[in-house]
Amino acid sequence: MKIENKLEKIKERFSKVIVSLEEKTKNRIYIEISPDCIFEIANFFKELNFRFAIASGVDTPSGIEILYHFSDDKSGKIITLRTLIKDKKDPKIQSITPIIKGAEWIEREIWELLGVNFVGHPNLKHLLLKDDWPEGKYPLRKEKNE
Amino acid sequence: MSRKIIPIGPYHPLQEEPEFFRLYVEGEKVVDIDIVLGYMHRGIEELSEHKHFDQVTFTVERICGICSNSHPFAFVNAVENLANIEVPERALYIRTIVAELERLHSHLLWLGLAGHFIGYNTVWMWAWKYREPILDCFEMISGNRNHYAMMKIGGVRRDILDEHILFLKKSLKEVEKGISIFEKAVRNDPVIGARLKNVGILTKEEAINYCVVGPTARASGIDIDVRRDDPYGAYDRVSWNVIVLEDGDIFAKTLVRILEMYESVKIIMQCLDKMPKGEIFKEIREIPAGEGIGRVEAPRGECFHYIRSDGTNRPTRHKIRAPSYMNVASNKIAAVGGTISDAAITLAAVDPCYCCTERTVVLDKNTNNKIISAEELIKLSYEKTKKLKRALYGDFIS
Repeated sequence: MKIENKLEKIKERFSKVIVSLEEKTKNRIYIEISPDCIFEIANFFKELNFRFAIASGVDTPSGIEILYHFSDDKSGKIITLRTLIKDKKDPKIQSITPIIKGAEWIEREIWELLGVNFVGHPNLKHLLLKDDWPEGKYPLRKEKNE
Repeated sequence: MSRKIIPIGPYHPLQEEPEFFRLYVEGEKVVDIDIVLGYMHRGIEELSEHKHFDQVTFTVERICGICSNSHPFAFVNAVENLANIEVPERALYIRTIVAELERLHSHLLWLGLAGHFIGYNTVWMWAWKYREPILDCFEMISGNRNHYAMMKIGGVRRDILDEHILFLKKSLKEVEKGISIFEKAVRNDPVIGARLKNVGILTKEEAINYCVVGPTARASGIDIDVRRDDPYGAYDRVSWNVIVLEDGDIFAKTLVRILEMYESVKIIMQCLDKMPKGEIFKEIREIPAGEGIGRVEAPRGECFHYIRSDGTNRPTRHKIRAPSYMNVASNKIAAVGGTISDAAITLAAVDPCYCCTERTVVLDKNTNNKIISAEELIKLSYEKTKKLKRALYGDFIS
């Protein structure tokens, strides 16, 4: 299936939850979605043979953004799912590890560095930081500097 | 049978870098494995937010000592994607040449270590012998054997001169001879076959599930290569092949890397001939607000950088994903079910980043003198190989 058809299918199926879809520069597509439906979309992406590359967590003034980067290796495009978790006090989002094993480590990393709780993660424990790292201290949160 | 734990690491003579593998074994068989990371965590993503864009290039170069060109390359790709920068043609070729030289030296380094891990030090010595001319090339181009500092947003920092080209071609011809020796050795040597075939198998389904990249994926039948799929540098201007094998065992991983080295030589030779004259960089004054993604095919697989800028001279977020991050996790599949003696090579087969040197010296306890010379050591390893060959095929093979 060509990437254009794949994108059409995504638009068709998730028309209600997609906030925006744009190809910012050549081969870099960004799709903004609401965080509640990440599991369904990730599952659909897996069916479309997109390869999960990595997720980036970003602390912004309006909330914690998580970008899930998927790669379509046939067309060389990177499809990035952008989600914004507005509740910074207790951020949570559904884990995609049960369907994509390769997401296990990065979800653990975002959990410990940004404090996002991945609901349904089978093994949510420290990856890079030591086990007795103080609770509630998140190295990549911006407010620590203030 | 009772279950026992064998720890490998975090500081273990077998590994050059701290990583902790907890092997759960029943008798000889590995039944489960725990991977503990974090001993090398230096907080470079955070560090990068406190440096200006030109400094970040050098910061990310320090992530890894072996693929020290891949991270800066992915970073400049990301920034150029963010700011829509057109890079001069000559710079694209130079970037490609440096990246491929790096792949050659990195694969040879891995081949040597793999030989060492299966107790076959002749492979180690020979592979590193042919790695030397590559490092000489780097020293000539950049002044350094490692950490070449060639990348720069908008181009490269040093030119490749005409007199370099002759030396490069001569060295590459020499290395190509070495590669064909290794290809023959790996394909035909019964000892290497006995140790690597059907060991540490990663099936295609598991490879997809664990999202592995690079030679680890290509040895499991997944046809991906960023150089072809999402071309950067000058890869779309030269002809070469992506090597894909189906078996998924360590033998396939070894062969993929060896065959890839031929392709690297091919790419560099074409680049040296086709490289146009002209500027090697474009002056970049400002990075606008926005976000960009850059990726390169590092020797170990896809290296991924995400950059976000708010229009100041520093990135507000810099996400880095090295290929080993995806590959090391797949050890859980590859090592489980094998024996303890195969665990060493299986854990090393994804080529986790090793960057130190190893030396073997046997000392006399009383006098502190060396009692084994290098020649004797090589002789010993010859004898060991002969013994193994005899055990496999009987006396008629010398």
